[in-house]
Amino acid sequence: MPRDYSGVITKIDSIAAKVYADLEKAEIPALQLSTRTKANIRFDDNLNVWKYGKNKTERTASSLDGAYMLLRTMYLVDFIKDMIKEKKSSTLRETYYISEGWNLAKFSSQNESDLLAEDLEVITGCMREDFKLRPEEDGARVIGNLVVEEMTRNNTKKKIHCQDDVGDAGYGIPYNVEKEKLSFKEVDADFIVAIETGGMFDRLAENGFDTDSRAILVHLKGQPARSTRRFIKRLNEEKKLPVLVFTDCDPWSFRIFGSVAYGAIKTAHISEYLATPAAQYLGVTPSDIENYKLPTDTLTPEDIAALKSELDDPRFQDQFWKHEIKLQLSLGKKSEQQALAKYGLDYVTDTYLPEKLVEMGMLKK
Amino acid sequence: MPEAIAYELAKKQKEISVAEFFERNKHILGFGNPTRALITSVKEGVDNALDACEESGILPDIYVEVRNPTEEECVVIVEDNGPGIIKQQIPHIFARLLYGSRFHAVRQSRGQQGIGISAVVLYGQLTTGKHAKIISKIQADQPAVVVELAIDTNKNRGEVQHQEIMHWDKPSGTRIEVSLNADYKRGKRFVYEYLQSTSIVNPHSRIVFKESDGTEHVFERTADILPKKSEEIRPHPYGVELGTLIKMSKETKGRKLASFLKNDFSSMGDRTADAVCDEAKLDRNLNPADMSRDQFLLLHQAFKRVKIMAPPTECLSPIGETLIRRSLKSETQEISPEFIFTASRPAAVFSGNPFQVEVGIVYGGNLPKDKPVKILRFANRIPLLYQQGDCAVTTAIGSIDWRRYGLDQPSGSGIPIGPAIFLTHIASTQIPYTSESKEAIADVEEIENEIKLAFREVARKVQMHINKKVRRVKTREKFDLITKILPEIAKKSAHMLNKPIPSLEKVITRIMDVVWIEDLVEYEKVRGKQVQTKLDATNSKGQTESGGWIAKSTIMVVNYKGKPQKFSLYALFPKNATVGEVKPKPTKVTDSYIKWNLENIDPTDKIDLFFELAGLNKGDFDENDLYVQHINPTYVIGADKWEGE
Repeated sequence: MPRDYSGVITKIDSIAAKVYADLEKAEIPALQLSTRTKANIRFDDNLNVWKYGKNKTERTASSLDGAYMLLRTMYLVDFIKDMIKEKKSSTLRETYYISEGWNLAKFSSQNESDLLAEDLEVITGCMREDFKLRPEEDGARVIGNLVVEEMTRNNTKKKIHCQDDVGDAGYGIPYNVEKEKLSFKEVDADFIVAIETGGMFDRLAENGFDTDSRAILVHLKGQPARSTRRFIKRLNEEKKLPVLVFTDCDPWSFRIFGSVAYGAIKTAHISEYLATPAAQYLGVTPSDIENYKLPTDTLTPEDIAALKSELDDPRFQDQFWKHEIKLQLSLGKKSEQQALAKYGLDYVTDTYLPEKLVEMGMLKK
Repeated sequence: MPEAIAYELAKKQKEISVAEFFERNKHILGFGNPTRALITSVKEGVDNALDACEESGILPDIYVEVRNPTEEECVVIVEDNGPGIIKQQIPHIFARLLYGSRFHAVRQSRGQQGIGISAVVLYGQLTTGKHAKIISKIQADQPAVVVELAIDTNKNRGEVQHQEIMHWDKPSGTRIEVSLNADYKRGKRFVYEYLQSTSIVNPHSRIVFKESDGTEHVFERTADILPKKSEEIRPHPYGVELGTLIKMSKETKGRKLASFLKNDFSSMGDRTADAVCDEAKLDRNLNPADMSRDQFLLLHQAFKRVKIMAPPTECLSPIGETLIRRSLKSETQEISPEFIFTASRPAAVFSGNPFQVEVGIVYGGNLPKDKPVKILRFANRIPLLYQQGDCAVTTAIGSIDWRRYGLDQPSGSGIPIGPAIFLTHIASTQIPYTSESKEAIADVEEIENEIKLAFREVARKVQMHINKKVRRVKTREKFDLITKILPEIAKKSAHMLNKPIPSLEKVITRIMDVVWIEDLVEYEKVRGKQVQTKLDATNSKGQTESGGWIAKSTIMVVNYKGKPQKFSLYALFPKNATVGEVKPKPTKVTDSYIKWNLENIDPTDKIDLFFELAGLNKGDFDENDLYVQHINPTYVIGADKWEGE
C-alpha cells in the first residue's frame, strides 16, 4: 500500500505560506528553527535522549546569506513536492546536482544542501525519508547469529542469516531500516558490539568472536550513518540486547559513542529515533592506555581542543567521562583499537575483550 | 743642551690638509664606500641644481646621467636649466670646501653645511686623479664657459686647469661632470630611488635619469608652480649656541646690548630684550663688542630662563597636501593604489627653530600585504635614504598602535605590516640630524610628537575610508538581495500557493533601512576657452579662468527608510578649487563646501545632486567627502556625521 504523503505536503506548504504571509504583511520574510549547537541540547527525561532546547535561530531575508537561504528553501520544498507527486526519490547528492538548474538558488556545495535538508526536518518535524531524500552511503556491515527479513526490490520478503547467508563482508545494512522494509526474526546472542574501524571488525570476525562469545558485530564505519544507528537502536529495543561501543581512544571516537548513545548535535531533532540510551562504552579508554601500556601518538592541538570542548558538552558530564577526558588531557596521548595487536593478533579476543566484558558485568569470570 | 720637546713635536705638527681631513672623515661625509659615493655625488649635484633653479624662479629641468666606463669608475653628470654661475665664482663653488652663501643664514634650505658639491669634486680627484668639468651659461646671448677644475688640497682652493667657451643650446644652466671611484652595479638602483623620491617632494621639477646603458627614466613635473620661497629669519634666542652668539656680537651693527638683541634675533621686542638683560644682570647699554665671554655666558643662560615668543613660522615652505597627493599619485601609478591620504600639521617650534610636518599614506594596489610598510623620509625636500632605524620618523611611526587602524603590527609597536607607503616630510630652518651625513633625524621630542599627530590624523582618514567601504560593500550586497533574490522568493512562494505575487516596496525599505548616498567624480578636459561659472545666492564670483580640467561630481541620494527623510548634506571640496554649476540650488556655498537642505524625500525616492569644480588637476579630487546633519548618521551609507566646520 503506497504511503500517504498528504501530511508532509501540508507541512511543506506551510513553509511557503509563512514566507508569503510575511511578504504580504510587508515584513522581512523569516523562518525559525531550533539552534543546532552544543549549547542548545537538553536531556529529555521522557525520551531518555538529548534533544534541542528552546533556542531558536532565524533564517531571515534581511541579510544576503539569509535571503539566499530562503530562496533555496523555496526551491527545495517545491522540488520535494514535485517528487512526492511523481512518486520519485533522489539521493542527497542528486539533489545537490538538481540545484544546478535553480539559477540564483543553486547550492555552492553538497554540504549546503545536506544542511538545508536537515533544517527542513527541524522546521517541519518530518524525517528526510518523508521528503523522498536519501543518503547514498550504504549502511555498515553486520555479522552475528541473527536472522533479518528484508523486503527486496521486487516486493518479496527474504530472510537472511547474518552468519550463514553472508560472506566475509557480512550483511549490509540498507538505508531504510524501518519496519516496512526490515524486521528482526530469530536472534541467538548475548550482546551487540559496535566497532569503529573496519580493521577491528574483520579481526573479531576472523577470530570467530561472534560465535565464541555470542556477539553480534556491527561495523560503524566511523561516524555512523542514520540507518546504522537506527538498526542498533531497534535491535537493542526489540531484542533486548545490550550494546557495547568499541572505538579508538581519541576525542572523535568519543563523539561516535555520543551519537550512538545520546544522540548527535546535528540530528538532535530525531534523537528518539536514532539514539540508544542503553549503549555502553567499552573502550579503548584513556585508562586502558595506561593499564594495557598501549602504543600511543601525541595529541594534536585539534585533539586537545576537541577534548576541552567535550568537557563542556552537556552529554559528557558524568563521572566516567569527566575522569577519562581529564586523564587523556593529562596523558597528552591517544591510541587506536588496533594498537592492541602489540600483544599478538589474538590478544584482543582472548584477553582484552573478555577482561573488559567481565569488568562491565557482561561476562562472568 | 737638548732642544725642548715642544720643538721636536712642532716638527711633526702641521696643518691638516683638506684632503687628509676628507680622507679621515669620508664616511660621515657620505663617501664611506663606493656605492654610497655614487649616490652622494648625484645627491649633492641634484640638490645644488634644484636650489639654483628655485632661487632664480625657474621650474627645474634636471638631467642626470651616470656613465660607467670601467668597473671601478663612474662619470656623474648633472645638468640644470638654472641661472648659471659667473666664471669667477666657479672655482669657489665647486672646488672649495665649506664655501657657500648659506652658512650663516637661518632659513629652510636643502644643504646646511656647504660641504656639498666640492666634496664630490675632491672625492673624484682623490680617487681617479681626473679633473671635474663644469659648463655654465648665464645669459641666452652669451656663449657657455667650460672649465676644468682641480683642487689644491693644501690650500683648499680651486685651480682652473683649462678654460674655453662653447656654444650651448640652453638659455642658461650649469652642467657638472665628475669622474669618481664608485660601484655602479650596486649603486644605480639607489640613484633611481633617490631621484624618484626627490621628484615626489619636488613636484615642480622634471628629472631625467639616463643610465649607463642608455635607458632613460623620466620623472615628470606634476605642478607648474614653484614652491613658496622660504624666508630668511634671524636666529631665535632659544636655538642659538654660545659660540654663534659671540660671533654675532662681532658682526652686529648694534652698539648697545638691547639693540643687538632686538635687531639681530627674532621674537625680541623692547620688553623681552629688557627682561633678558635684567635676568642676566647686564646693563642694556653695554657695547656688545666690549662684552666678555663670561657676560655672554650669562646672557646665553638668561635666554633659557625668559619666556620668549616662538619664532615666526611663515618662513617655512611646506609642500602642501594637494601637491604631495598629486606627486604620490603620479609616482605610484604602476601600483594603482586604492587610496592616497595626506595630512599637514601647523608649524611648530623646537629650541627656537620653526618646523612643520607633512605626511602621506599610499594604500593598497599591488603593494605587498605581508611586508613592513615602506617608509619614505624627507627633510627640506631631500630624501633620506639611510639609517632609517635611527630616525625620529621611524620611532614615531613605531610608537603608534597601528592595529587600531587596520594594519598588522605583531607586537603592538614597531613598523606595521601591510600594503602601504608612509611618507614624511619635515620642513625646518634647522633639521636636527643625528650626524653630519644627514641621513636620520634626531629624536627631538617636539618633532616626534608632531609626526605622531600627523600620522594619527591621516590614519583616521584611512580608517574612516575603510569603514565606509565595508559598510558600502555590505549595503551593496543588499541591492542584490532586493533586486534579484527577494523577487524570486516572492515569485516561488506565490507559485507554490497559487496566489498573486505580492508587492515588495515596503519590505525593500525594511530590509535596506538606510539612506543610500552614492557619488561619482568625472573629469572633462577644457581647452583654451573660458568657463562661465554660474552665479548663486551666496557666492558671487564672476568669470573664472579655468583652462584644464573640470571635475564633475554627481551625488545620488535614495531614501530606503520606511519614512520620509529630511536632512542637510555637505559636500567638501579642495580650497584651491572654484565652484562652477551646482544643481539643485544649494543652501550655502563657502570656499570649502557646498550645503544642500534636502526636504522630505519619500521612501524609495531618489534625488540627484550635481556640482562642477574648476582649477584642479585631473585626479586631485576623486572621491567626494560627504557629511550629513539633522539625521541619525547611522541611517546613512556614504556620508559621515557633520561635526561643524
